[in-house]
Amino acid sequence: MLAIGVVGGGLAVVTLRNIIHSAIAMMVCFGSLAGMYLLLGAGIVAAAQVLIYLGAISVLILFAIMLTQAGDANVPAPFHRQVWLAAIVALVTVGIIGWVALTTDWGAAASATALVLDKVASLIFTDYALPLEILSLLLLAAIIGAIFLARRPEEDERAN
Amino acid sequence: MGLAGYLVVSALLFSIGAFGFLARRNAILMLICIELMLNSVNLSLVAFNAYAGPGETAGAIFALMVMAVAAAEATVGLALVIAIIRSRQTPEVDAYSDLKE
Repeated sequence: MLAIGVVGGGLAVVTLRNIIHSAIAMMVCFGSLAGMYLLLGAGIVAAAQVLIYLGAISVLILFAIMLTQAGDANVPAPFHRQVWLAAIVALVTVGIIGWVALTTDWGAAASATALVLDKVASLIFTDYALPLEILSLLLLAAIIGAIFLARRPEEDERAN
Repeated sequence: MGLAGYLVVSALLFSIGAFGFLARRNAILMLICIELMLNSVNLSLVAFNAYAGPGETAGAIFALMVMAVAAAEATVGLALVIAIIRSRQTPEVDAYSDLKE
């Protein structure tokens, strides 16, 4: 059921003509993914998925679409000329990865085990402290870069 | 649905994202497809983590970090796309081909 939500949402994203509908389908896809994380016992990842993807990135993308759409959102031809080439590449990719996933003996446990939240919390601030700090620096740089890039040029002239 | 089922869903989502990135012409939709691909990798990380045995946390921590990097990427990517749409008046990437000169 959730898998249908994920794959169907993804298919709707790439095939729908209206980009607003694509964004809504993306939100369906991300919500189903959060459900799959819950099924896998990773509640913290599901919560982060809902907060970051459903909450932040979806709203950001919807804002960007509404800022840039002039008039009607329907474009006559949503695909490039190389659409068949792209389809072949995608089919080959899914074929190879699916074949490897199905034929390899992963030595996996019989059932999914839930994530131990205490351990995640303590590991993030001990073993993974350096990646966490680098991430915070990266986010700061991204915020400053986004402000710089999205600024209108005439505002600079007015400031001078 | 065992580990292989989750991996197949992840592979399907990744290839859908790759197809959309290669085939669609709208710049914002290409960014959405990048997000789909990142999400599929997250799904396989969490699935591997869940089936690796009790007490394993590395996969979930990696998934959380990938999410943070994806948020930074979406921010900068959308800022770039909005800037170029503002200067070219179109979201179609075919109109940007003179950038290669």
